[in-house]
Amino acid sequence: MATIRTEPVTINLGPQHPSTHGVFRLRVTFDGEEIVDLEPVFGYLHRGTEKLAESRNYVQIVTLTDRMDYVASMSNNLAYVRTVEKLSNIKVPERAQYIRVISVELQRIASHLMATGFLLNDLGALATPLVYCFRERERILDLFEMLCGARITLSYMRPGGVFQDTPEEFWDSLNTLISDFPNYLDELESLITTNEIVLARTIGVGLLSDAQAIDSGVTGPILRASSVKWDLRKANPYEIYDRVNFDIPIGSSGDTYDRYYVRLQEMRESIKIISQCIEQIEPGPVRTETPFFIRPPIGETYSSIEGPKGELGFYMVSDGGISPYRCKVRAPSFINLTPLRDMITGWKMGDLIIILGSIDIVLGEVDR
Amino acid sequence: MNPTPALFISFKSLQENFVTLIELIGFGESFGWLATLLAGISISFLIINVMVVATAFYTWFERRMIARFQVRRGPNRNGPFGMLQPFADVLKLIMKEDTIPDEADKPVFTLAPIALLAPTLMIMIVIPFGTFLNKEAFLSNLNIGILFIVGVTSVNSIAIFMAGWGSRNKYAILGSMRGAAMLISYEIPMALGITSVLILSGSLAMTEIVRSQSVWFILVMPMGFFVFMAASTAEMSRTPFDQIEAESELGSGYNTEYSGIKFAVLFLAEFMAPIVTAAVVTTLFLGGSHGFDFLPGGIWFALKMFIVIFGLLWLRSTWPRLRIDQIMGFAWKTLFGLGLFNIFLVAVEFTLAREFNQVNNGSLTTEYMLIMAAVNWIITVAVILIMANVVGRKKYTRPEPTPSPLANMGLGEN
Amino acid sequence: MILTKIITGEEISKSIESTLANAVVASDETAIWVSPETIHEVCKTLKNPDGLDYSFLTAISAVDYIEYFEVVYHLTSLRNNCSCIIKVKTSGRENPKVQSVSDIWQAADLQEREIWDLMGIKFEGHPNLKRILLWEGFDGHPLRKDFIG
Repeated sequence: MATIRTEPVTINLGPQHPSTHGVFRLRVTFDGEEIVDLEPVFGYLHRGTEKLAESRNYVQIVTLTDRMDYVASMSNNLAYVRTVEKLSNIKVPERAQYIRVISVELQRIASHLMATGFLLNDLGALATPLVYCFRERERILDLFEMLCGARITLSYMRPGGVFQDTPEEFWDSLNTLISDFPNYLDELESLITTNEIVLARTIGVGLLSDAQAIDSGVTGPILRASSVKWDLRKANPYEIYDRVNFDIPIGSSGDTYDRYYVRLQEMRESIKIISQCIEQIEPGPVRTETPFFIRPPIGETYSSIEGPKGELGFYMVSDGGISPYRCKVRAPSFINLTPLRDMITGWKMGDLIIILGSIDIVLGEVDR
Repeated sequence: MNPTPALFISFKSLQENFVTLIELIGFGESFGWLATLLAGISISFLIINVMVVATAFYTWFERRMIARFQVRRGPNRNGPFGMLQPFADVLKLIMKEDTIPDEADKPVFTLAPIALLAPTLMIMIVIPFGTFLNKEAFLSNLNIGILFIVGVTSVNSIAIFMAGWGSRNKYAILGSMRGAAMLISYEIPMALGITSVLILSGSLAMTEIVRSQSVWFILVMPMGFFVFMAASTAEMSRTPFDQIEAESELGSGYNTEYSGIKFAVLFLAEFMAPIVTAAVVTTLFLGGSHGFDFLPGGIWFALKMFIVIFGLLWLRSTWPRLRIDQIMGFAWKTLFGLGLFNIFLVAVEFTLAREFNQVNNGSLTTEYMLIMAAVNWIITVAVILIMANVVGRKKYTRPEPTPSPLANMGLGEN
Repeated sequence: MILTKIITGEEISKSIESTLANAVVASDETAIWVSPETIHEVCKTLKNPDGLDYSFLTAISAVDYIEYFEVVYHLTSLRNNCSCIIKVKTSGRENPKVQSVSDIWQAADLQEREIWDLMGIKFEGHPNLKRILLWEGFDGHPLRKDFIG
């Protein structure tokens, strides 16, 4: 029986598109509704961060790192600043370490809220869950404004500590947020996690097995959703993560629902970490004295942290001058895009946007 | 309640009025056709104006309500409470350039918005609005009323296909292909829902359907109501079935290439659909203009329409959308099955009614309908619970996550 | 407190020398140096699940020391929670070529393209060595020290 001759169609989900999370281009080949091939094209936001870093001094680069993953500034700052400290053997006072961990965990919550909100926006729920998530994120951004005056590109950390100590009203607002947030997460979970349509669209979609996840170099919630229990905060603890108790949530099968649910549970764990830090913090200095121009000794190092998107690392080579000789960024969003083609081929158009949303990329980090 | 037989507006009376007017002016007998033409034009003018203004206010209402669901206000700058916002939108759209793509199929492209708007307007002809100032208010007591509605809404699918095809744009064609497939699939559950109403009312005329609802049909056959509501939500391509115009996926689907007044007409047709659907649902299932006597029937009709519209809006602003193959599966498997089951149930009960002598000239007695209501509600709830727990749970049970053996954080050094 | 074990260069070179003789050009306390032609064999040995099991390629970086380029591979073993560093020195500045490891770890795919794009080091055996962050037809490799913008 002769069938009708059909032809695959190549469509360009162009750089400007309502739901590709930034200027990100996909060339998708469809056979009917099914995707047979996919080619991501990016680089529209490349600003040459690594080259710029070679002509700025070590404190100026903190502002460059803010703008890489512009959704989670604190994590970028922390990764960079830790690398400089490791290179130059600068010790950080305890209070600074506690404040750093509180900021980074707050930033993790903010980033995961944004990821969840936008995933549900892609699912089609007309921005209603997005606005609820952003309402809570506004409270976190208000806290950041108390700390350093800015909301998004924070530049709060310096090699040697944090920029300035926390004001008094910060701790009251933080305590209110910590006590309100678990209820808010329960409410969000009751609205979303048991919704039949969300379950029907995310369960079993975009599977990523554990062996393939490790082979592709993905890190962060995606790796943990593929049931690989690996988190740098426990495997290679930094700052004061060895003094707080928290769990590492993992998923069971590596589909989109698992990635969403792992992020939700990570938010709960972050609240636990923050409340323990609030109990344990002591008054003290927040910044060690460093010379104005930091000149690390000749050498190289690599240090990484567990950011909200994955393992964010800096490989820095110093030649003894005031600027690094080479500052390479291991950007998690960039490397998390490696298995995109394998995750999406075979699925349908509607799943493409959801799987891309569940990977949670930020173009500033992909393109640097 | 017994309405007076005179109609509020009727074609015949208008025609006679125009004939007298023409004779007054002095044109004579051979201009009878002019009277018919003028009567027709004035009725169409009435329908179009009323519906367009109603749709304009409905868009305002929808934007304010969805904003309230999203913890923000809606438009509140143009006029008191933003009531002139729809007029500002239309003014902006009229002043835009009316582009037609170079390679587009011009007649098809231009006719598609009209083909989408006209059927939606035509449905309002047969809706019985109840009494108003002691006269029945509807435009035509077509004795095949509901069949007319089903036939006319089928033109929707052609119009959407025309819109996508005429644009000659890959996104638009993708969107309209899905749209045509979806709309055709959902006509069957809609027809099945209507058939179950027809069994109880015994006539296709809308006034007869209203008259036979001594107990509202939503109480008597909830499953039929559910099937019809789901099918008509899909016919309007509203969330959760709005895959064809999914903004976040295809950048606006079949109306990508439209701008200016053509887009305004498409937009108007899309927002008129809920009003018209609410009117049809109210007539078929909610008892039309029946209500307590302290308010006239027309007001009851408007109130019930408002409740249905609000329900549709609520769904739209809170639920995500289904994927296209899930939408088709829902139509052909779930709704089709439920629709047939509902018809079977109602038919069995109607036949049993004849056995028990509960039928008087074509419609059932109130007591029997109440018994039917109770039985049907129990059966519907049971069916839904069985489907959710037996079929649903199996698909969505997730195993407990176990850590993969490929990673081990416990080793390392101190 | 458990930290990731950092394997010194001597240990790695000892483990590799037992299977591949003469693959290690030099070794240091932090890293080992391998020649650009044998990097593929060395990485295959390192990834072996029965052996050292370095299943996770954390990052590939490239540095431009004026007389030569250096490609640095940071590897992690998730099962044993240890990490090591492998380095490759290209022979000179003209036409630098290194064997690609993208068939060993898929993670190397996008990272090697980025190094080709920004630093100009060709990876032999890579299935799709195109520019990734800059546009097709861009002239030059910006991260090199002699690139004037």
